[in-house]
Amino acid sequence: MIHSSLTQLGAALRAKQFSSVELTQSYLDRIAKLNPQLNAYITVNPEMSLAQAREADARIAAGKAEALTGIPFAQKDIFCAKGWLTTCGSRMLHNFVSPYDAHVIEQFNKAGAINLGKTNMDEFAMGSSNETSHYGIVKNPWDTARVPGGSSGGTAAAVAARLCAAATGTDTGGSIRQPAALCGISGLKPTYGVVSRYGMIAFASSLDQAGPMARSAEDLALMMNVMAGFDERDSTSLQREKEDYARDLNKPLTGLRIGLPKEFFAEGMGSDVAKAVEAAIADYKKLGATIVDISLPNSKLSVPVYYVLAPAEASSNLSRFDGVRYGYRAPEYSDLADMYEKSRAQGFGAEVKRRIMIGTYVLSHGYYDAYYLQAQKIRRLIAQDFVEAYKQCDVIMGPTSPSTAFKLGEKGDDPVQMYLSDIYTIAVNLAGLPGMSIPCGFGDNNMPVGLQIIGNYFDEARMLNVAHQYQLATDWHSRAPQGL
Amino acid sequence: MSLTPADVEKVARLARLAMNDQELQAAQTQLNNIFGLIAEMQAVDTTGVEPMSHSQDLAQRLREDKVTETNQREAFQAVAPQVEQGLYLVPQVIE
Repeated sequence: MIHSSLTQLGAALRAKQFSSVELTQSYLDRIAKLNPQLNAYITVNPEMSLAQAREADARIAAGKAEALTGIPFAQKDIFCAKGWLTTCGSRMLHNFVSPYDAHVIEQFNKAGAINLGKTNMDEFAMGSSNETSHYGIVKNPWDTARVPGGSSGGTAAAVAARLCAAATGTDTGGSIRQPAALCGISGLKPTYGVVSRYGMIAFASSLDQAGPMARSAEDLALMMNVMAGFDERDSTSLQREKEDYARDLNKPLTGLRIGLPKEFFAEGMGSDVAKAVEAAIADYKKLGATIVDISLPNSKLSVPVYYVLAPAEASSNLSRFDGVRYGYRAPEYSDLADMYEKSRAQGFGAEVKRRIMIGTYVLSHGYYDAYYLQAQKIRRLIAQDFVEAYKQCDVIMGPTSPSTAFKLGEKGDDPVQMYLSDIYTIAVNLAGLPGMSIPCGFGDNNMPVGLQIIGNYFDEARMLNVAHQYQLATDWHSRAPQGL
Repeated sequence: MSLTPADVEKVARLARLAMNDQELQAAQTQLNNIFGLIAEMQAVDTTGVEPMSHSQDLAQRLREDKVTETNQREAFQAVAPQVEQGLYLVPQVIE
């Protein structure tokens, strides 16, 4: 049961081979047994999950089941879910029981899916290793001495360890793709604006995008059918025709043009990662694809640009946490300003404070043009590189992360080293393009390697097709960590 | 370019983050390292490039001017640190 795909689980539930209550309980039992080792979940609430499962069973009995009805999903703790503790990985929200549902949560609820619990994450999604969470670090199920990646590290670990059928993530600079790569699962960051940000706690609003994380491209497609769609409560939600993201899964790849950016295959990538990625490209050739050499000359600037723009937006978004309307308030203070300063100092962790300070500085008088405006201009150059590239190819491929999962604590003291681990993923967010990561082998120490697939705007269905055809021909995606 | 202790103190104040001397000193070192990374940007010639604030160049949607929100004061105030008679309590601001 725990290795079944979403399609198989849905069919088995509708055929009454087992009930949603039984399926949900079996995942809850697994979480109770394994979460103490992995720390993938911050909150589980068996009563609420099982109540949803009973409703789902009634719906299935009434013959009104949809594709995901009765299937248990984990939700990243960045999504507000009514009645659920929603912490965003921060002490600031240690007591925040959300009074409302995010759009993504509403969509899963409407589909009759079960919320199995809230997954751990880097505080306010700021991190690449899950080490900034206030609720303890998450362990990589492939080797518990290593990080799961971040910021959606709890989700990635939960999916890899089969502690849920699949789960949600969010991606501002790589936070779906990098943990997916490091934990050996599949993850998709859709085109900016395809999934509503309503109720998703904001980090950098012009970059944040929610997406599915699962064990196969086929599962991702079914989740996209539920998650995507216009929502007027998000001012940047796009009004588009409803689409079936699974429609092209079975198309052959004959004639597919894969662009390989020379900048992604230059120095900096580990040789074990390079070997796995190159083998995947060779597999794609066998599936009928042709290779085009391309260049993204400005992509090397994406890390500096990102570390101006994302903190600038974050410093503004996080100004709402003031200890007045919700969240943490310091126990002692002398006046209003002191209450703000102490509540924020005690409620936020070190990395969040660092980024708030970077953002505050680059937006301050006298530095705005040199940093913020310059970064926005280079952002356009980075986006234009992709427009040029897609004149010659259909998808772009490369590594997701320069290395496999690193050891816990290895990059803890050096923010700059940590920031550089997102070097291949950030440009995609700056351009607003869809990107995904799928498992493509194992590197040193037998840790998973991710292949990044970058698509043109709104080309998710094609990317899922490209990933699915590879997953039909290989079995990297169905490998599971031993001993769990 | 590098941030002085006075710069860091000012930024912390603008960001409403209480910091002791030790924290300010640590922040100064780390911020300067990060700005070292960011400095790469300054050499790029961006003359005539339009700043990109957003990936979708769309105009803001307009909606009808009608009431869409219902009153949920009790639900929202249930998660507030301190409320009284439907009001949020903060330290006295006006003497």
